[in-house]
Amino acid sequence: MNERATRLLLLASVFVIATCGLIYELVAGTLASYLLGDSVTQFSTVIGVYLFAMGVGSWLSGFVRRNEARLFVHVQLLVGLVGGGSAALLFALFPHVDAFRPALYGMILLVGTLVGLEIPLLLRILKDRLAFNDLVAKVFTFDYVGALLASLLFPLVLVPRLGLIRASCLFGVFNVLVALMTAHVLQLRGRWAVATRWAGVALVAVLLAGMAFSGRILSWSEAQMYADPVVHAVSTPYQRIVLTRGAGDLRLHLNGNLQFSSRDEYRYHEALVHPGLSRLPMARRVLVLGGGDGLAIREVLRHPGVETVTLVDLDPAMTRLFGSQPMLRELNGGSLDSGKVTVLNEDAFAWLERPQGTYDFVVVDFPDPSSFGLGKLYTTTFYRRLGRVLAADGALVVQCTSPWAARRAFWCIDATLRASGFETEPYHAYVPSFGEWGFILASRGRMAEEARLPGGLRFVTAETLRSMREFPPDMARVATEPNQLNNQALVRYFEEDWARATGH
Amino acid sequence: MASGLGVAACMATACRPARRIEGTLSRPGMDAGHRWRDGHRPVPGAFEEVDVVVVGGGVSGLVAARELVRRPGWTVRVLELAGDLGGNASGGVMGGTGHPWGAHYVPVPGADAADLLGLFRELGVVTGEGTGGRPVYREEWLCHDPEERLFLHGRWQDGLVPQLGVSRGERDEIAAFLGRMEGFRRARGSDGRRAFAIPLDASSTDARWRGLDGETFASWLDREGFRGAALRWYVNYCCRDDFGMGASEVSAWAGIHYFASRDGAAANADGNAVLTWPEGNAWLAGRLREPVEARGWAMRGMMATRVEDEGDRVRVEAWNVAGKVAMGWRARHVVLAVPSFVASRLLGGHGPGAWPGQVHAPWLVANLWVEKVPSGRGAPLSWDNVLYEGRGLGYVVANHQSLRRVHDGRVLTYYLPLDHVDATTARREAAGWSWAEVRDLVMEDLGRAHPGLASATRRLDARVWGHGMVTPVPGTVWGGGRRGDARVGERVWLAHTDHAGISIFEEAHAQGLRAARGILGRLAEA
Repeated sequence: MNERATRLLLLASVFVIATCGLIYELVAGTLASYLLGDSVTQFSTVIGVYLFAMGVGSWLSGFVRRNEARLFVHVQLLVGLVGGGSAALLFALFPHVDAFRPALYGMILLVGTLVGLEIPLLLRILKDRLAFNDLVAKVFTFDYVGALLASLLFPLVLVPRLGLIRASCLFGVFNVLVALMTAHVLQLRGRWAVATRWAGVALVAVLLAGMAFSGRILSWSEAQMYADPVVHAVSTPYQRIVLTRGAGDLRLHLNGNLQFSSRDEYRYHEALVHPGLSRLPMARRVLVLGGGDGLAIREVLRHPGVETVTLVDLDPAMTRLFGSQPMLRELNGGSLDSGKVTVLNEDAFAWLERPQGTYDFVVVDFPDPSSFGLGKLYTTTFYRRLGRVLAADGALVVQCTSPWAARRAFWCIDATLRASGFETEPYHAYVPSFGEWGFILASRGRMAEEARLPGGLRFVTAETLRSMREFPPDMARVATEPNQLNNQALVRYFEEDWARATGH
Repeated sequence: MASGLGVAACMATACRPARRIEGTLSRPGMDAGHRWRDGHRPVPGAFEEVDVVVVGGGVSGLVAARELVRRPGWTVRVLELAGDLGGNASGGVMGGTGHPWGAHYVPVPGADAADLLGLFRELGVVTGEGTGGRPVYREEWLCHDPEERLFLHGRWQDGLVPQLGVSRGERDEIAAFLGRMEGFRRARGSDGRRAFAIPLDASSTDARWRGLDGETFASWLDREGFRGAALRWYVNYCCRDDFGMGASEVSAWAGIHYFASRDGAAANADGNAVLTWPEGNAWLAGRLREPVEARGWAMRGMMATRVEDEGDRVRVEAWNVAGKVAMGWRARHVVLAVPSFVASRLLGGHGPGAWPGQVHAPWLVANLWVEKVPSGRGAPLSWDNVLYEGRGLGYVVANHQSLRRVHDGRVLTYYLPLDHVDATTARREAAGWSWAEVRDLVMEDLGRAHPGLASATRRLDARVWGHGMVTPVPGTVWGGGRRGDARVGERVWLAHTDHAGISIFEEAHAQGLRAARGILGRLAEA
């Protein structure tokens, strides 16, 4: 290879490593702001630490006495591995935030130091091939142009098209290719050179596998479903849990359906719990079915008279996530850790099959009846079994989808509760991220009207309690069949109503 | 060590390890039954004196024995060749879920089926009375929605009546046919009885209806102009499902009976709803046998070899298959709750003959443990899943009735009536099948709708029922051959669906009750 071509390739590698370096920095900053919030602080500290680490790397390069080319190749491989795998590692650490911050800054320090080593080493490799003024001018030109390219590619192409995990894997591959090319161009020889080549090939394979695997964590088409960036996505045997984070707003989606938005979930959960519980001054034992996010329990625990809360949620991944991830614990007030709360990861129907104690108040917070499997949890059979664990003067409340968008579905649940031997009190509340939302309070006799609301509520007041029970004509009662195991009327109403409401 | 041997065996038989399906194939009672047929009649050394011996522990026999419990102080023996009671209503367990080995549902009965409703009240199947006096059924045991789907033109449609891609003209023809059947359902004879009733002995005696037993259903359909492919497939499927053979074999009376006999009434379900359990009718058999087992009356693995009326007693001889010992009883009465050809041979050729023309359909039933049923386009997994123009009848999801939201796996019960050739040839063919042949047959049939099924299946257990059920070919029901009188001599009572001509739970129940009540009535007279 002639000298000119070698020079050009080495300068091109400056361009590539500059682009890669900035990409890793942007990935780290973005992830930090997704997962820790407060993007100004996160970006500022990530950039600061990264630049500082680059300084450390440059300083360390002074101690390198010989074999600059060999070291350069190894540093490239290492940057490819650590930088390329950084997004996947940080995503995986999301549920364990205790480890997240050390991992984040450790990774930034490591990548920054390695990247900081690269340019000085390259300058030394090129010093005999170019005049000093020309060398410095060219290297830094490529360096800064590469940075510009990265800063444009990142928001315009990489994040929307590839996602963070695949983007960082891809740039890891570029780093490794630069390493292999450098080893080739500089005609490095010896046993270690062969080993380096194999290591490079293996790394490329690992990073490409990472790109493919990230498709399993979160496919591109799935990412498009959500308006905001996905910060956590996991498929459990029971459902797909996805958390997204937008501007100051954290959202939970189960199987693609929004469960809450941190901005207005207090409206939903206050409306779910307090209209019933505030009218049961004797309530000591509370049962919550579904609702592994701990948000309904947060509201239940506002009632000082409540002595025990039993949570039955199918999915251990849900209760684990909401019991340990600090951002989510902040949201539910650490309710799942309360000494009053017992968490049982069981199928609600199977749990009710066994003899249980009785409860004064039961919160039924299942996902909407969008499948036959979920529809079973809204049947006369289910409510009759639930009735067996309800204290004679107790009450239960059921989240009942939207009485505006799925009017027949809502009134079908009411008809089902009545057919199961309950008196019902339907009510509704406006939750901006959901729209008009419905709940039904059910008991064996008329409940006392007097409500003792706990302090600190932001939505439910004596006035809202009254207005929630009024249904305007567009949501007024319609006659429906009760939902039974052998007709699953609800699932059909739900599907048809929502299809009409959303125009599909 | 054991696994090493397993691998060696696997290599020796060149099995395909990629599939990793395990399983067994059995032919209940075949070896012992054929030895007896060929003359094996060991004579017991001693005879136990009992009040009644019931030969056969299927539904008819269990109903009879259960009814005899009402006579306190009696000693009864129920002899069953198989290891478990239940007959066609037996079941098994796979991956923690029960599954059927045969009959798997009972339609909700009509308002006048007093005996059956009485049983259902006793068993808690009926929990009360609703509007208009109609029974309230226990909801868990009514078949859960979604009930049926049909794989047609590469998609699953709701319900079994072909709709998807079926021309307007053919759909009109199907509607016209179902309209005709509805007319038969409402029809009553000059004697005021329903034209097609259950039990079928309650049907009208009018010749205009009974005459339909003289021709095949196919010839009636041809004559009436019902010739469209979609309708004929559907009708044929229904006949195979209930009788083990298609419309060209069964009589027009029986075929119409399938569509026109049900007059179910329920306060909390459709009139055509069905009752079902994971283990199918084995659940009912399990409840029926409880009082029998509580008294220690059940004798399993016991093949009756000879029954002889001695005047004041009936002598019953049997062969204990496992213990290889002959045993004997002298009983005041005997109930022969076995197929008519077995009853005839037990009585030494006297009494009820396997009359000329009586046909028993051979069946294959396979249970598959599938981790996840491969999804297809269209309607979701249902209880009954049928493939249009499939070789078999499709499959029933045994744990469909489970209330859990998520399952470790599904048990699919696959049914195949062996009606591709005449019954005798089919029996001989199936007697030679290996398990691997059965596996391939099932996978080929279901694979059309579920290309990934073989790799999702972990276990496949199959049974061949050589004489699965009586098939109502022309003349079986009203041709004068079957024994409607229930009794041979003074002390031998017949109770089996063979004597009804169609093999359904309701008839078996009526048969068992008739025999037991006959015996109890005799004693009341004496």
